[in-house]
Amino acid sequence: MSGPDARAAILGSVRRALGRGPLDEAARAALDERLARPAPNLVPARAALPQEERVALFTAMAEGVFATVDRVSGAAAVPGAVADYLAQQNLPPALAMAPDPALDAYPWADRPMLSIRRGAAEEADRVAVTGAVMGFAETGTLMMASGPEHPSTLNFLPETHVVVLPAERIGGSYEEGWAHLRAKGAEEGGEGGDGTGGFMPRTVNLVTGPSRTADIEQTITLGAHGPRRLHIVIVDGEAP
Amino acid sequence: METTSRTFPANARAGLADAALQTSLARFQGGFQVKRAEAAGRLPEFEALRDEARAIKDHTLAHLDHYLERYEAQVTAAGGTVHWCETPADARETILSLCKETGARTVTKSKSMIAEEMALNPFLEEHGIEPIETDLGEYVVQLADERPSHIIAPAVHKTRDQVADLFHEKHSPLGLTRRLDRVEELVEEARHVLRPRYLAADVGITGANFLIAETGSSAVVTNEGNADLTQILPRVHIVIATLEKVVPTLEDATTIMRVLARSATGQEFSTYTTVSTGPRRPGDADGPEAYHVVLLDNGRSRMLGSEFRDVLRCIKCGACMNHCPVYGAVGGHAYGWVYPGPVGAVLTPNLIGLEEARHLPNASSFCGRCEEVCPMRIPLPAMMRTLREQEFSRRLGPAGMRAGIGAWAWLVRRPALYRLATGIAIRLLGAMGRRRGRFARLPLAGGWTDVRDMPAPEGATFHALWRKGRRA
Repeated sequence: MSGPDARAAILGSVRRALGRGPLDEAARAALDERLARPAPNLVPARAALPQEERVALFTAMAEGVFATVDRVSGAAAVPGAVADYLAQQNLPPALAMAPDPALDAYPWADRPMLSIRRGAAEEADRVAVTGAVMGFAETGTLMMASGPEHPSTLNFLPETHVVVLPAERIGGSYEEGWAHLRAKGAEEGGEGGDGTGGFMPRTVNLVTGPSRTADIEQTITLGAHGPRRLHIVIVDGEAP
Repeated sequence: METTSRTFPANARAGLADAALQTSLARFQGGFQVKRAEAAGRLPEFEALRDEARAIKDHTLAHLDHYLERYEAQVTAAGGTVHWCETPADARETILSLCKETGARTVTKSKSMIAEEMALNPFLEEHGIEPIETDLGEYVVQLADERPSHIIAPAVHKTRDQVADLFHEKHSPLGLTRRLDRVEELVEEARHVLRPRYLAADVGITGANFLIAETGSSAVVTNEGNADLTQILPRVHIVIATLEKVVPTLEDATTIMRVLARSATGQEFSTYTTVSTGPRRPGDADGPEAYHVVLLDNGRSRMLGSEFRDVLRCIKCGACMNHCPVYGAVGGHAYGWVYPGPVGAVLTPNLIGLEEARHLPNASSFCGRCEEVCPMRIPLPAMMRTLREQEFSRRLGPAGMRAGIGAWAWLVRRPALYRLATGIAIRLLGAMGRRRGRFARLPLAGGWTDVRDMPAPEGATFHALWRKGRRA
């Protein structure tokens, strides 16, 4: 059976298994309260560090999973850092870039050799450039959220993914990311943190290094289906 | 899905005699065990996180009806649809009708054990829809027309040479005629072959590691990124999951994620953790136009009310089979259904019946390592013991074995007689075996002496020694 009858049958079967009928109003209210005020559980102390040490931990953890990390001072240095990376890797200076206004703050025109197309990824794209909502020092993880400013295909289709991340966006642990999304949702639509869940973007990607597989003889091999390279440019100085 | 669990003893012997399988098994278990231990050692809070993870699942299971209702309401609010299905057949039909509605010809899939439970691939093929497995291990298994032998490393039973032969055979018609040697080349060829399939697929089917009641999201964890290309490129994203995957909040899912990858592969975190909520939003340039969740019961609600409730905490990390000496000796196919190893020995009898799977709870030395490493602290040995008791009380085993167990039970409940009998037996065996120190053959102990010698007892019984105070 599937559909509405199945729904009633399954919920009935669950309640029989639990030896009770539907929960009473007080019990439901208590559970809804837990949902409406989500609290972090135990958060490992590893990433509870002053900002500079947090950036260092983020860098070490990301490099530990075969991401590469560059650190530049000031927005003006970003286009050069990206162009230099592409040249070092022998990659074409053609970028599929997220239509993210934050990326407009970098003076791409200073590097006229870079050819830039804004939008979602296409099959032929070899290099994507995006921002990220946050980085988490705990495991060198990036958090990216889908939306008009950040098509998710950019994170997966091109073989090289360059992420430009202001240093101040590097936090400690994943929980800071959820809190950030809830706060942003509350700001934009009056939702978030109230148990309605409306703050979640369609897709949230937590990305820790480039794509890999160990399915053949446990040999770790990069570039299984997603990017072969993940290059993170950490930007110090005033955020754009 | 068809099962061969009934013939476990024969399957196990075949596994032991398979030289390529033995090569693969010897390599894999050591690596996983060391990596898990190192990852746990690097995180001082690891044991405390296991306790919290267990408590989160226990809380959720105790209020499962409420969290499922909240989850569904949030999926609906985000523009998705939840399809409740009682049986694997219901789920297959639901998926087929969703595929038909969208006129699908090909479907990409990321790894899902639930899809294996419902034998989805052969069913879709029968109805003219081509399913394409995208996880590299699953792709290998699909090409070979086999089944996964491990829940997170489906092709762990295959050597690189076997994969090379398989790719050579199956990819040659595509013009890829060179036989490849290196792992990197094989991964590259699979990437090359699968990329156009991702782009052409009409429907993408993923499993779920978590369903999040707070937000109506599904979360899926991979290292390859295959679940992502599977869900963001096609027009329709179908998530398949069973009831017990739900957790209350993002924070609760996060806590369990912290023990998942460490227990599974020894990674600090999987490469890709993706949280998906509904279909594409206004203004989005990519993402699926429709988002469906096929929510399957298949025995979970029944298990919730049984002595096996705790196994519903399982997060399918594979640690129990990575540490199981029986799995390591016979491989995953011997277990004969979807879930191998210790968790399979508990889940399989519950899901397909103890009549079919009565051998599996006996395929354990009760060394206890599975429970020791289970991130969710599931008491797997105790559950296997319960199933053995059920096997006996329901008279499922052969008459000779039941008579033997009955006689043993009669004897051990009479301590004086037991001590007398074992005292005589041990003196007799000691005297008989004094010269050689071991027995090459013993009556009634063929199962032991066929493959190794039985040492001759030296001196008194354990009970007698204990009483004398020789307890060291």
